[in-house]
Amino acid sequence: MGALTPAGRGHCVLVQKDSLLPTTRKLAAGPGREPDPDAAISVRGLVKRYGDRAAVDGLDLDIRRGEIFALLGPNGAGKTTTVEVLEGYRKRDGGDVRVLGVDPARGGRRWKAQLGIVLQSGAGDSQLSVRELLKARASYYAEARDPDEVLELVGLTDKAGARGRTLSGGQRRRLDVALGIVGRPRLLFLDEPTTGFDPEARRQFWALIRSLRDLGTTMLLTTHYLDEAEALADRVGVLARGQLAEVAVPAALGGRGTAPAVVRWTEDGVRRTAETATPTAFVRELAARFPGEVPDLTVARPTLEDVYLKMIGDNS
Amino acid sequence: MTTAAPERTALPPLGRVCLTRAGVELKEFFRQRESVVFTLVFPVILLLGLGAVLDYDLGAGVDFPQYFMAGVITAGIVGASLQNMAIHIAGERSDGTLKSLRGTPMPASAYFVGKVAQVLAVAVATIVLLLLVGVLVYGIELPSGADWLTFAWVSVLGAAACTLLGIVVSTLARNGRSASATVTPIALVLEFVSGVFMPFDQVPGWLQDVAAVFPVKWLAQGLRSVFLPDALAAREPAGSWELGTVALVLGLWCVAGLVLCAVTFRWQDREG
Repeated sequence: MGALTPAGRGHCVLVQKDSLLPTTRKLAAGPGREPDPDAAISVRGLVKRYGDRAAVDGLDLDIRRGEIFALLGPNGAGKTTTVEVLEGYRKRDGGDVRVLGVDPARGGRRWKAQLGIVLQSGAGDSQLSVRELLKARASYYAEARDPDEVLELVGLTDKAGARGRTLSGGQRRRLDVALGIVGRPRLLFLDEPTTGFDPEARRQFWALIRSLRDLGTTMLLTTHYLDEAEALADRVGVLARGQLAEVAVPAALGGRGTAPAVVRWTEDGVRRTAETATPTAFVRELAARFPGEVPDLTVARPTLEDVYLKMIGDNS
Repeated sequence: MTTAAPERTALPPLGRVCLTRAGVELKEFFRQRESVVFTLVFPVILLLGLGAVLDYDLGAGVDFPQYFMAGVITAGIVGASLQNMAIHIAGERSDGTLKSLRGTPMPASAYFVGKVAQVLAVAVATIVLLLLVGVLVYGIELPSGADWLTFAWVSVLGAAACTLLGIVVSTLARNGRSASATVTPIALVLEFVSGVFMPFDQVPGWLQDVAAVFPVKWLAQGLRSVFLPDALAAREPAGSWELGTVALVLGLWCVAGLVLCAVTFRWQDREG
């Protein structure tokens, strides 16, 4: 909005006009021009180039406070680049970005005190014990969580005295998350947090993320696991070729919610397939044709993976 | 959660964060066997080994161990500062420790205060160990009176210059491993041409001139003034200990190092 005011500087008539302009623009713009200062994250036209290749090419994104947003996309689609611009690690080449109302390129320590960052690479080797690492990290914040409570939350209480290097892959990742949340962040970045987890560890991790959501933490999650995005995210965004191909609730992505259902069954020894917008009526009709069970009957909507693969296939 | 909630912007006092960082750095160093052995124990092995093998008579009743005290303490200080900083900061940059810290509200100054505390602790421990071994094994003569003061300021100024240079080298290195491969030969060559392992007047003149550009030579020379009788000042290139020049050159290296650090320091490996 500041961009508009210089034109009216010193002119009474124009000042009156100026006071009206921002409102008009905001209404007219919708999700367009200006970043939304009330959003946890608001991005307009983000561009990041490496050489002459644009890794991120005009990305728009709004993440509401209290939301869990999952960013999906194939390797090289610009996920980590985008997240690292938001975290303040990388400089952008264009566009407007607000994270908790602040431009990350100018984010100071008070801004960082409100963020929790779980990097893809994790933290390095250390000679310190798990509890010592957490206590040290907690001391950088004025209102940190109790390190022992955080250990309990991530299920590392048994490992409190262990050195970081003696932990298993899954335990290390939980330590990364513990370090990310000990400062009581309003906004938590999770870059591929469950890579290398076994299924049980992932379920435990999901429970942890849900309990953080209940505490009001906004989260931006990047992941390769579509079931993870579906289980955790309020909304998902699919990145392809440096732009958001679509943003939707997981159940509606790629028109999933309204896509034709696929009914499969066996008739006269032949596997049959039918696409229908009215699967209930179709199955009722089918049931009438068979004396008992319809052999090998399944009714399926496209999975998140189906629509995701289709989207990135279309875009890359 | 509502957007009307006040933004939390409080930060802990800087002193507390610095104390935390100092504690972290001391634990990181003294719990790692390799760093303790190579930085703390290696100079002692040098003193015992070379002291047993080399036998110079330097005149004025000075034997090789007495002469070598200044040299081996120089090597100890260079190990605790230049080598230690170059290798470990490059390692912390490569393994993501620095990047992770950069994402927290920890002030950069607290990180460097922690490193200074580590260098101080390691350097003091090395010096005490070397003096103990020197006195007990070789019966070297400890400095007296005002020499202690010279000992203190030369050590502090030399360690400061080498610490800053170590931080610069850590940034020039591509990663942790290449930092070790880069700085170790640099340190050894600098020590060699600075009269650490042999009397400085046996170093060829042109090499003496090369050495005089770098801080290690001046650190060693300042320390020789502490451990050797003034009669041996005649064997120095200028015929005196040149303590004023020692202070000047080390001070200039501190300033240059500080500027280079501020310009070159990175929290992560290069983008791209």
